[in-house]
Amino acid sequence: MKYVIKKLLTTLITLFAVSALVFFSFSVIPGNPAVSRLGTEATPEKIEKLTHEMGLDRPLPERYGEWVLNILHGDFGKSYSYNQKVTSLLSEKIGTTLILSVIAIILTVAVAFPLGIYTARKSDSKLDVVLTSLNQLIMAIPSFFSGILITLLFGFVFKLFTPGAYVSYKVNFLRCVGYLFFPALAIALPKISMVVKLLKDTALKEANKDYVVTAYSRGNATRAVFYKHVLKNAMIPVITFLGMTFADIIAGSIIVEQVFSVPGLGRILLTSISGRDYPMVQAIILLLSVFVVISNLAVDFMYRAFDKRIRV
Amino acid sequence: MTGNNKVKLIIGLVLTGIVFLMLLFGIFYTPYDPMAMDASVSKSISLKHIMGCDQFGRDVFSRVLVGVKETMIVAGAVVLIGVFFGTVVGTLTGYFGGWIDEILMRLNDAVLAFPSVLLALLVIGLYGGGRNTLILALGIAFIPSFARIIRSEVLKIKNLDYIQSVRLFGAGHLRIIVVHILPNLKTVMLSSILIGFNNAVLAEAGMSYLGMGVAPPNPSLGRMLSEAQAYIFTNPMTAVFPGITIVIMILGFSLLSAATEKG
Repeated sequence: MKYVIKKLLTTLITLFAVSALVFFSFSVIPGNPAVSRLGTEATPEKIEKLTHEMGLDRPLPERYGEWVLNILHGDFGKSYSYNQKVTSLLSEKIGTTLILSVIAIILTVAVAFPLGIYTARKSDSKLDVVLTSLNQLIMAIPSFFSGILITLLFGFVFKLFTPGAYVSYKVNFLRCVGYLFFPALAIALPKISMVVKLLKDTALKEANKDYVVTAYSRGNATRAVFYKHVLKNAMIPVITFLGMTFADIIAGSIIVEQVFSVPGLGRILLTSISGRDYPMVQAIILLLSVFVVISNLAVDFMYRAFDKRIRV
Repeated sequence: MTGNNKVKLIIGLVLTGIVFLMLLFGIFYTPYDPMAMDASVSKSISLKHIMGCDQFGRDVFSRVLVGVKETMIVAGAVVLIGVFFGTVVGTLTGYFGGWIDEILMRLNDAVLAFPSVLLALLVIGLYGGGRNTLILALGIAFIPSFARIIRSEVLKIKNLDYIQSVRLFGAGHLRIIVVHILPNLKTVMLSSILIGFNNAVLAEAGMSYLGMGVAPPNPSLGRMLSEAQAYIFTNPMTAVFPGITIVIMILGFSLLSAATEKG
């Protein structure tokens, strides 16, 4: 229990630090946002009025406090370019990116575990050599290029989906998942290769340890030793990796959403960056980082569940 | 060196050899002006245009050559920033320990836990796109992983007998670090520089795919892919060649790194 409380506390501190970083880094940008918002229409009076309206004439710490309080109440402020509440603009996009990421992680686990276990058990077979080389190649293909190849193959040659015809999950959930499967595949492919490689490497390293040899010498079946001892211990680094991967997958979706024109967080982040829509950029970066921090916390707890001795 | 590593080394050397050849051509000679448009030219692959032409009639091969140069400039600068500051941070924290170590490593871990794409986008969101911002953004994102590797090596080395004995001879901290510790990091540095190149090429290509890299009309491999995507069903090769070039670069560096890692 003490461990859990300590962990939650440090996570809270991290979240606080992240929010401060996001807020203050945007306030050091040279230039008055009110001026850039008014553009050519800027007159001294108008600038003063808007500066006051946007609260830019108040001291920074005060604005930061207000910003955090508002966020805790679910209010991220107003977008500069859409002139709407950031929350109402983002709510659907968050869902889209989450669904995409969850499909990608399910795909990764569902394909990588059986394959990794197979290559670990048959580490000398011909098929293993082929798989290992293929793995090395797939790891070198960036997700946006594999995304283009997937579009070409499944969208153009096999006509399994229409590129660009994304359906919102609010309209039709199944068709949405059917479309998101392909971008998720592009995100998952390199991750699958990495997990397979890691699982194989750690399992092989584990299999040469003394306790495994002892287990064999006591007459245990190869299968039983592998699943009960080797695999169990090989899982720990794999779980760490999967946790880091989850954060990576969310960030990776920014690029892949662009390839498949999926209107998620990544796409609106990019348009907000080029439109210098700072409240939006702030909100999205903060959301994504909160996500990263929380998934890191989840990994630490998962470790604990796996091995009670570990205290991270 | 095992047989497996030898194969990796040879293939890796061949692939990076191709990349450096393309880099040299990109700097000194391209068959056509990579920016020259010619609407009359056929888009398909021919002896004159071995990778075909893009939608504006620009020679794809020439653009790929210059794109390789751009990517390598960014990747090289990013790795340089990462290695330099990573080594400084890594040796300081590893060698001295104490509160410097605590503070810098906490910071380091916080940055490390952050996906580099997100960090780079934050910096670009603040300062606008373009090559220099991209180098700065990715460079910062690359420091922590180098720092971590260097720190753990320094920790291993600093308590070895020979370091203790130089210390007894009265050598100062600076001399111990520069003369006695840093030279021993060569092997670790080599493989982490190679994997750094692998990651930097990937990150540069990704960012320029998103339109956050080198400004158009200058060719960059990532941007070529995103431009070609609109014509993917009529002229797929315009996307495939730059894509394959990126794969060759990444594969080459990762194979070399894997081969040098276990020595």
